[in-house]
Amino acid sequence: MTSFSRQRFMAYLKKESKQILRDPSTMLIAFVLPLLMIFIFGYGVSLDANKIRIGIVMEEMGNEARNLANAFLATPYFDAQTSNDSTSFEEEMTLGRLRAIVTIPQNFSQNLLEEKPSPIQVILDGSEPNTAKFALNYATGVVNNWMAQRAIETKNPSQTTLVNPEPRVWFNAELKSRDVLLPGSIAIIMSLIGTLLTALVVAREWERGTMESIMATPLRVREMLLAKLVPYFLLGLGSMTLCVTISILLFGVPFRGSFFVLFLSTAVFLLASLGQGLLISSTTRNQFVSSQISIMLGFLPAFVLSGFVFEINSMPAPIRALTYIFPPRYFVTILQSTFLSGTLWELILPNLFAMLLIALFFFSVTTYKTTKRLDS
Amino acid sequence: MERPALDRINATIRKGIITGLVGPDGAGKTTLIRLMTGLLLPTSGQIKVMGLSTHSSQIHDITGYMPQKFGLYEDLSVLENLDLYADLNGLSVAEKKDAFKRMLAFTSLKPFINRLAGNLSGGMKQKLGLACALLSRPQVLLLDEPTVGVDPLSRRELWTMVQDLTHKGMTVIWSTSYLDEADKCHEVLLLNEGKLLFNGPPEDLTKRMKNRVFQVEVPLKNRRKVLTKLLNLPYVIDGVIQGNKLRLVTSSSLKNSLRHRVPPRFEDAFIDILGGISKGDSILAENFPLKKQTSSSLIKAENLTKRFGNFTAAQDISFTIKRGEIFGLLGPNGAGKSTIFKMLCGLLQPTLGEALISGVNLKTAPAKARSHIGYMAQKFSLYGDLSVEENLNFFSGSYGLQGPYRTKMIDLMVTIFDLHPYLNSNANLLPLGYKQRLALACAVMHEPDVLFLDEPTSGVDPLTRREFWTHINGMVEKGVTIMVTTHFLEEAEYCDRIALIYQGINIATGTPDDLKNMVKTRKMPNPTLEDSFIALIEKQGVQ
Repeated sequence: MTSFSRQRFMAYLKKESKQILRDPSTMLIAFVLPLLMIFIFGYGVSLDANKIRIGIVMEEMGNEARNLANAFLATPYFDAQTSNDSTSFEEEMTLGRLRAIVTIPQNFSQNLLEEKPSPIQVILDGSEPNTAKFALNYATGVVNNWMAQRAIETKNPSQTTLVNPEPRVWFNAELKSRDVLLPGSIAIIMSLIGTLLTALVVAREWERGTMESIMATPLRVREMLLAKLVPYFLLGLGSMTLCVTISILLFGVPFRGSFFVLFLSTAVFLLASLGQGLLISSTTRNQFVSSQISIMLGFLPAFVLSGFVFEINSMPAPIRALTYIFPPRYFVTILQSTFLSGTLWELILPNLFAMLLIALFFFSVTTYKTTKRLDS
Repeated sequence: MERPALDRINATIRKGIITGLVGPDGAGKTTLIRLMTGLLLPTSGQIKVMGLSTHSSQIHDITGYMPQKFGLYEDLSVLENLDLYADLNGLSVAEKKDAFKRMLAFTSLKPFINRLAGNLSGGMKQKLGLACALLSRPQVLLLDEPTVGVDPLSRRELWTMVQDLTHKGMTVIWSTSYLDEADKCHEVLLLNEGKLLFNGPPEDLTKRMKNRVFQVEVPLKNRRKVLTKLLNLPYVIDGVIQGNKLRLVTSSSLKNSLRHRVPPRFEDAFIDILGGISKGDSILAENFPLKKQTSSSLIKAENLTKRFGNFTAAQDISFTIKRGEIFGLLGPNGAGKSTIFKMLCGLLQPTLGEALISGVNLKTAPAKARSHIGYMAQKFSLYGDLSVEENLNFFSGSYGLQGPYRTKMIDLMVTIFDLHPYLNSNANLLPLGYKQRLALACAVMHEPDVLFLDEPTSGVDPLTRREFWTHINGMVEKGVTIMVTTHFLEEAEYCDRIALIYQGINIATGTPDDLKNMVKTRKMPNPTLEDSFIALIEKQGVQ
């Protein structure tokens, strides 16, 4: 068995650290990239639909009709305009400027007073199903509210439904999608950064020709890989701290779990993504190819297959199976629960274990592949 | 089936001497060295270093290895590089201190210990690379082309240093494509295309050339014509121009002309083994139209200066080149040759000064000026993923060749450069010599007035190199003007005039004999071009 020399390991570690400090691109990846991404996710990506633009067609101008229209105009969820003609609205809807048209028909007020069914029409833009759903829900909400209000005012309770569901949302009471998205996006960011950080380091040595002379020294493969891992691991923890701090302090995302769990799982996750980068780097031996693959493998599965945006349960079975081999899936779950609900060991442990397994896999393959030969 | 990089090599390398691995690019030198370091394992057969199998990792404890790119970390300082390699080799603190002192004195790098390795000159990098390989006091030192791209001055210093090491009992393996370095090795393994051609002391090989090498003086004006004629004699197997003399090699010894006899070189023997250079006039040149003779200068450089940031790559370069002249740019790597070159063919805008081709200013009418130019770049710059035929089609089209004339020229190039067997193979996959031929073909198809050749023969075997010069000489006779850069000082002898560039400055201009005369002293009555090169650079360094 080959021995592990502390002197050789420390020498290589020192060299690697000095190179990091002198190379602005590493610092860029570790600190500027996450900053950039967290701002993009924090400000740019939101699944909430605020101020949906709608048009209200008023086919009559009775009291009740005007009241209802006012209710639509008053709610913050809609940016509504009124008109007595539907043609211009239909045109705007075709152009995508309006998401919905609410038509208050003739005889609306009359019907209502006579306590006859008095439907209103809602036309939705189905090309954006999400927004359409929001618009319909909001519209129903507005109408229900208005009816309830009216019932109190006219002291005629028979007009409202007697049993009303009282929804209550847990973990994210305001249903602010940012609170869910940011912890998830940290997983995406860390996945990309972890992979990118190490993706260049081995390839760079191949391209510059230093690998060849390093291989001709007594340095062992394990010493080299470990010395390459440690500094980037610390940098990765730094990026994580940056992301978490900004999420909590700037974006006001609640943090209900423990920092110990947060950093423990980050550490395990980093092992997996740094390992993935190392493997890519030592396989391609080419910085350009390596960075391309890393962006693909570090970002795409994390974004699409982690359950961060797309619900894993609604994926077809083969795709769902695929999500299990990418560590972000586990990390997203841990982060979301740590931020929003607290420390749930029965949820965290299996996910931690899965990430650890993946990390181990990457390192064994890398160690196996990095023999001290040029042709394998 | 591709040919193996090394083909059934049997050899023993003796302890305590310098053994040269000599041969052109692609001969298998690097592969053989990597086999000795254990970085590659043989497909079949075996290799032992000091009795150790190269499968064993202990091999790294007894060998010191300097790869072609020196293996230095450019973003670490000289001292940090030494420190790293010392620790990797397990030196103790006391050993380190002692070793650093030794190495810094040995390499005279002491004043530069805090400089980043990336900011060292080629010669200094090479010394640092050597120092790093020597830190562990290896029993076997393996140097892979340590003198590539290094100026002759540093080359000489390195030889002295390494010769010193063998006096202390170290075994040194030195690979090189410079055949003249073979003469300095105790023993030589001569490789060509993966085959071992010779193994033994270089004199043993050179011996066979006794009384077969001659030098004759010829009128300067006719030397190219005379050389062409002489090369067509059946018993002349090689011939080169050396200033106003011709150096000829014959197929058997000629006792009756001992008067002009000169000592043979290793390269003569190499060419002899390969069967002599290919005969005949240049078909390429024969098919070239005779260019109009004009007395005015064809290329004119006026105070050309190029700055990159605060680094001056070329400063105040001025010269004129007449029609039908071969003009050489010489100088160490990084001296600014390529920069000057690129400014003259309109690939780089000069910061100051101007360049004129046939009286046309490259700044104001670059396209017009360029139609007179053929350019062969230093690195292979054809389309590697296109076939030979596609490359020829593309370049002929891009130079504006059309119709039957285009077809005729392409056919001609294929015939001249013997490209027929390779027409459908990708340019990337060609052997080096054929790559260079294809590159030359693409540069001359439009029959340019001026041909720019940036290190056209670096790395190719001497036979291909001679063939190139046959073409060049032939074209010059037709009135084509040639501008060439080269590392082979021997090749520079072909030039009518030479400009010696050092640190961006033109430090001397003249015929090869002029340059030799500049440094002639009583101590050095008969300097070679290399001697003169070194002396002139040293003089510049003192100033």
